[in-house]
Amino acid sequence: MPAETAPKLHALPSRPAPRQPFPFSAIVGQEAMKQAMVLTAIDPAIGGVLVFGDRGTGKSTAVRALAALLPEIEAVEGCPVNSARPDLCPDWAQVSATQITRKPTPVVDLPLGVTEDRVVGALDIERALTRGEKAFEPGLLARANRGYLYIDEVNLLEDHIVDLLLDVAQSGENVVERDGLSIRHPARFVLVGSGNPEEGELRPQLLDRFGLSVEVTSPRDVDTRVAVILRRDAYETGYDAFMPEWQAADAALRERILAARVALPALKTPAVVLHDCAALCIALGSDGLRGELTLLRAARAQAAFEGAETVGRAHLKAVAVMALSHRLRRDPLDEAGSGVRVARMMDEVLP
Amino acid sequence: MEWDRIILALQVMAVDPAGVGGLWLRARSGALRDRVTNALTALPLPLARLHPGVSDEALYGGLDLSATLASGRPVRSRGVLARPAALILTMAERVPPGLSARLGQALDQGGACLIALDEAAEDGEGLPAGLAERLALFVDLDGLAWSESSDITLDASALDAARTRLPGVVLPKEAARALTVAAAELGITSLRAPLLAMAVARALAALAGRVTATESDVMQAAEMVYAQRALPLPSAEAKTPESPPPPSEPGEPEPSDDAPDAEAIPGEMMIEAVRAALPADLLAQLAAGRAARGAKGATGTGLARAGNRRGRPLPSRPGKPGAGMRIDLVGTLRAAAPWQPLRRRTAQSDAVLLVRGSDIRVKRFQETSDRVLIFAVDASGSAAFARLAEAKGAVELLLAAAYARRDHVALVAFRGTGAEVILPPTRSLVQTKRRLAGVPGGGGTPLAAGIKAALATAAQARARGLTPTIALLTDGRGNIALDGSPDRMQAEQEAMQLARTIRSCAFPAVVIDTANRPQTSLAQMAGAMGAAYVALPRADARRLSGVLGAALGD
Repeated sequence: MPAETAPKLHALPSRPAPRQPFPFSAIVGQEAMKQAMVLTAIDPAIGGVLVFGDRGTGKSTAVRALAALLPEIEAVEGCPVNSARPDLCPDWAQVSATQITRKPTPVVDLPLGVTEDRVVGALDIERALTRGEKAFEPGLLARANRGYLYIDEVNLLEDHIVDLLLDVAQSGENVVERDGLSIRHPARFVLVGSGNPEEGELRPQLLDRFGLSVEVTSPRDVDTRVAVILRRDAYETGYDAFMPEWQAADAALRERILAARVALPALKTPAVVLHDCAALCIALGSDGLRGELTLLRAARAQAAFEGAETVGRAHLKAVAVMALSHRLRRDPLDEAGSGVRVARMMDEVLP
Repeated sequence: MEWDRIILALQVMAVDPAGVGGLWLRARSGALRDRVTNALTALPLPLARLHPGVSDEALYGGLDLSATLASGRPVRSRGVLARPAALILTMAERVPPGLSARLGQALDQGGACLIALDEAAEDGEGLPAGLAERLALFVDLDGLAWSESSDITLDASALDAARTRLPGVVLPKEAARALTVAAAELGITSLRAPLLAMAVARALAALAGRVTATESDVMQAAEMVYAQRALPLPSAEAKTPESPPPPSEPGEPEPSDDAPDAEAIPGEMMIEAVRAALPADLLAQLAAGRAARGAKGATGTGLARAGNRRGRPLPSRPGKPGAGMRIDLVGTLRAAAPWQPLRRRTAQSDAVLLVRGSDIRVKRFQETSDRVLIFAVDASGSAAFARLAEAKGAVELLLAAAYARRDHVALVAFRGTGAEVILPPTRSLVQTKRRLAGVPGGGGTPLAAGIKAALATAAQARARGLTPTIALLTDGRGNIALDGSPDRMQAEQEAMQLARTIRSCAFPAVVIDTANRPQTSLAQMAGAMGAAYVALPRADARRLSGVLGAALGD
């Protein structure tokens, strides 16, 4: 932003230096939400988390905390799509550097009302105007490659942006055919969405693209609520004393995630578990095979996180509700909610 | 609300604007409100005014086109959210959900505070819940006389002193627990409320010059923060037959039950929905009917669809910017590009880019208007005895269809002496179902009032750029006139007249007859309305399941 166009600023009251977000480990309760996020951190191929629930239940807090929790990635310096090796950098980016740097896992916010240009990228106006060159200015999808794309209030997102995201999330590649440009670049990211169902529902097509879905509610008992308030207050007012303690907990969790990532490829998956997956999905009548695949991946990640050598039925059961509840044929007249249906069916099929 | 308390709220906000989130100011525009807003200059933040139609460019910054063209290099403008500011949001009751979410995000990031000037005139309007819950303070100037107010001068040095004291203020140990418990008991589920109350308590203590907040600070903070949040919530879970109808909005008058024929009917009944049989493609037929009518030009060619939601972009075309048009910069550049060498020669200029007015291309969007289905449900005693359960079932079936089509839904119920909008247009199926289940039956049949309420809702929806469709479910025996008097003749005349109004407004409609035998009078009314007429068949269980199977496609 050129400084000469910026208006004169008022003198502001002195503000503390930018703070780290609220630590992930310090979030009270909301175990399902935390579990789902840890699982996608272990295996990004699970494909994203959808967090739906009441206001003020810590949805946004958890996502911002996740960013600080995630291990760093290695990327070519200056590469707009965070390529891991110099030969993977897209041609249009004209990256000359070959140096590899470590940077935090990108967590990119997709604001509501964002324009299509900003999401997919567009003609670089500056270079078009000043040098008459046709160049590509990468958008948010490029920045989110190998990281997370976070959409708050995902249910209020404009439909044409949703279509666009679906397309890219599925193919893992962003193809731009506009403004006389013809560009493609990898865009593999974990989609994290949050929203409040009272403000509108999510289109079933988008629902299915999220690997895991969790519903969060305000804690009902007073003690939990007080614990939430006290911890948040300690963060707000006693930041310096509060952070070291929880950053240690976060570091321990990060180690576990890294260990699980290493253990994941060696994990054994007995045939009986595959059978269980299929039986559960058939009993629930979930459409397509995405349910089985996600269920299996999530169960494997769960097993790796717990340090097991073999995936078992217990791991499957631990993740079944979050992997399947949003894939059922939605019965708009069913009050109970699909999470209950999955749990019920699980008890029947997998005793 | 007393003037002293209003001043106190302003002081609290001036001490810790970012901590308390902001102020929800409910008042009509006027001298009284100006007295309050004038005091906002005491805030330690620059003031910035916003309106509900504010564009993302204004919020987040964007390319300054005229400066860019003049200087030949991109000049960006700064958005109001680029730095911490006290955002003054005018006409806050009209804020669309998208803006509300963006402002919510800005508040969550910290630093900013929001003063929402809510000029809500009617029930059902008001600040979006997502914003309201992030603002700790609430001030209502309604009913406050000019003579009770005075000019507000906040003591800047005292506020400065309080601000420096604030970081050191501690709360009593049990304050957090007490505030949390109090919030839970008042039915405030969000955990933001206790946190905001704690921030207010600290600011109060700092104002009073205390380093430790006292119990009275905490009490007062709870009062200031919780009072407007602890409104009675819809008793959605109540399942007892005696439970009152769920009030959809605070402050709404309770529906009265003293209908003239009330003595024959137990006051209210909660009636569970049962499944009903309806033609499977009713909604599709309606859409087709609308298209046909549109083709005949019934809506008039000149009728503007104002304020529609943004649609898909279409190819840009030449035009003049301004008047709501947005420039397609890339299109403009592409149009200008081939002429550059020629223009440079004729203009004797070596400017990088020479743009003429004829190059300007403006953006176009295809407006795809969302549909809203307005259900006007007869919940009168006669219907309740006969078929209210089935009518609810029919609405549920239509709801399922509406859900599949991503339509908005609104719910109007009429019974006793009047009609009420149980649910303003929403996309939330869950809410609609809850509210529908909570519609009690009993009382007379104010058919005209029901149609009138549906008509008003439809007109409102159309003004917002939605395409309304009215579904009227009744057994057709209108016996209460608009003024609430039990005059059958007048009631029928009024109903017919309103039916003709629906036709003249060209709202697509369907009349679903829930009486035991099809009513000729209703068929006539449907004709006057230009609506489709469907008699809800008296279905036995077997036939019902057959029709249902066909309708649901399995």
